[in-house]
Amino acid sequence: MTGNNSSAKVFLLHIAVIAILFALNFILPEYHHGVLARVMVLSVFAMGYNMLFGYAGLLSLGHAMFFAAGLYGAGLTAYHFGWAMPAAFAAGLVSGAVLSLAIGLLALRTTGVAFMIVTMMFAQVCYLLTFYFSEWTRGDDGLVLGQDTRRLFIGDFYLDLTHPATRYMAALALFSIVLLITLFIVRSAHGRVLVAIRENEERTKMLGYDTFANKLVAVVVSGVICASAGAAYALLFGYVGSSFASVQYSILPLLWVLLGGAATTLGPFVGTLFMYYVVDITSSYTSAYLLIVGVALILLVLYFPKGILGTIRERWIRWLP
Amino acid sequence: MAFGPHLLLAALEGLVTSAVLALMALGLSLVFGVMRVVNVAHGEFFMLGAVLAWWTASLVTGHPAIGFLLALVISPLIVGAVALVAERLVLRRLNYNPEATIVATIGMLYIIQQLALTFYGPQARPVDAPFTYRILFPWFGYSGYKLSIIAASIVLLTATWFVLTRTKIGLVMRATQYDSETAQAFGIPVDRVYAGVFALGAMLAAVAAVLIVPITQAHYLMGMDPLLLSFIVVIIGGLGSLRGTVIAAVLIGLSDGIISAFFSPTLAKIIATLLVAMVLVFRPQGLFGTASR
Repeated sequence: MTGNNSSAKVFLLHIAVIAILFALNFILPEYHHGVLARVMVLSVFAMGYNMLFGYAGLLSLGHAMFFAAGLYGAGLTAYHFGWAMPAAFAAGLVSGAVLSLAIGLLALRTTGVAFMIVTMMFAQVCYLLTFYFSEWTRGDDGLVLGQDTRRLFIGDFYLDLTHPATRYMAALALFSIVLLITLFIVRSAHGRVLVAIRENEERTKMLGYDTFANKLVAVVVSGVICASAGAAYALLFGYVGSSFASVQYSILPLLWVLLGGAATTLGPFVGTLFMYYVVDITSSYTSAYLLIVGVALILLVLYFPKGILGTIRERWIRWLP
Repeated sequence: MAFGPHLLLAALEGLVTSAVLALMALGLSLVFGVMRVVNVAHGEFFMLGAVLAWWTASLVTGHPAIGFLLALVISPLIVGAVALVAERLVLRRLNYNPEATIVATIGMLYIIQQLALTFYGPQARPVDAPFTYRILFPWFGYSGYKLSIIAASIVLLTATWFVLTRTKIGLVMRATQYDSETAQAFGIPVDRVYAGVFALGAMLAAVAAVLIVPITQAHYLMGMDPLLLSFIVVIIGGLGSLRGTVIAAVLIGLSDGIISAFFSPTLAKIIATLLVAMVLVFRPQGLFGTASR
């Protein structure tokens, strides 16, 4: 790496991606415009997952609970208490932070396979809780947020997030902020320590780093990012339901990250975008959506473990973060 | 019904769950113990067993026992063959890397589930029980078939225990579990043992499914709950401990039956899952297991 030169290149690349997405708002046809807004929000979820899985090497099978924490944190406060959008969004973030701190403190006592099973079980508890409190959450049927709760007031002026272009811009804003934050984190000292832990935890510990504290920070950062995606999903698309807390939603970000390239900043977005369109295109020919997810997972681990951007980085563009 | 008989009924139901759970968890535990592979697709092997049982039973007419017995033979064989193919094509090429195999078995889960949905459909379908004899207690009559499930499970568990501890096959499996490299050096065909164990684990799940299908019907989504429950059993019982697995299955099955009879089933599941997660956090070797290597 050649210091400043590559830093500038990396930064420009990310700004270019954001600029292209901004320009697409004005030229995309209606259908793809809507899809891309959704993909951007979901790829924030994948970016959060990537923080933990890609950089710290911790494979969690329970990240749906963090997404759901944001989803319900924002959705329930907006629906039942009529909280305004910024407050509801903040409630989602706080829910994610509290939950991920608690889960991190407990689950990080285990490693490897036990960590996966523990996270999966905690997520299952959260999933069941959404049914247990179905008076509030209405379980599988879910809540639909009305248009009035999805307006962002700034004085007398307001942004209507049910409007496609506004929604797209809001999704892009969240996407850009989180993308730049993850870029900053993975290039920071903390990010380097996480990679060191992934490669060899014992040695990192011997070098004097508190690996538990570093991993805990990673879990909380990852949890809050995933919660921000959940909260944004609730407010932008107006639906809050149990299915988002199910095991499937823990597995999807794993798939997106694996496909796009674990431990690359743009990989989660590439993976989410690609998979969303694969499923979208194939589902017009067949309803066998799960089959594609399954086959994709197996082929990825067998032949393509580094994912799209991971392979590109290995072969051609060494400076890709 | 008074409290005593009500409790007895809940306990009987719980024991039936335990019997099926013990078989399924044993399969999971063997695969994890010997191969270090967490088979997330185990629940789908269970589901496949049930669906194939319906298919087999639907092929023959006449007395229901004929169809059932045929299913009891054919369904585990097909499921075992599927598992064998999956092991050869996928798991072995991944070199049994724990994380990669988890992702791969998640993939298998989706593939099997989708194939079941496509070819079998979303309906739940029953298989007739081989006999309908009812045992009369003073307070209620209870299905004789359900009691025979418990008996069948005990027989199968004893047989597995016998094979594991008293035969050469069991010795080979234990040697592979203890130290696969040394076992290989002593001429044990480790990858054949792995393939066999993976198929055996799947077949145990399939047998459990055939036994339960006359009670609960076959459905393409039926794999998830038993999968989580058997994770719970395997963890509480401690890895590779047959005794622990059986005790834990009885414990979980009974408490599930009794708590769901008197409280909300969702609450029962929440409490059980949370407790087990805590066991794993604070005592990773399980309640009955010895510390892992």
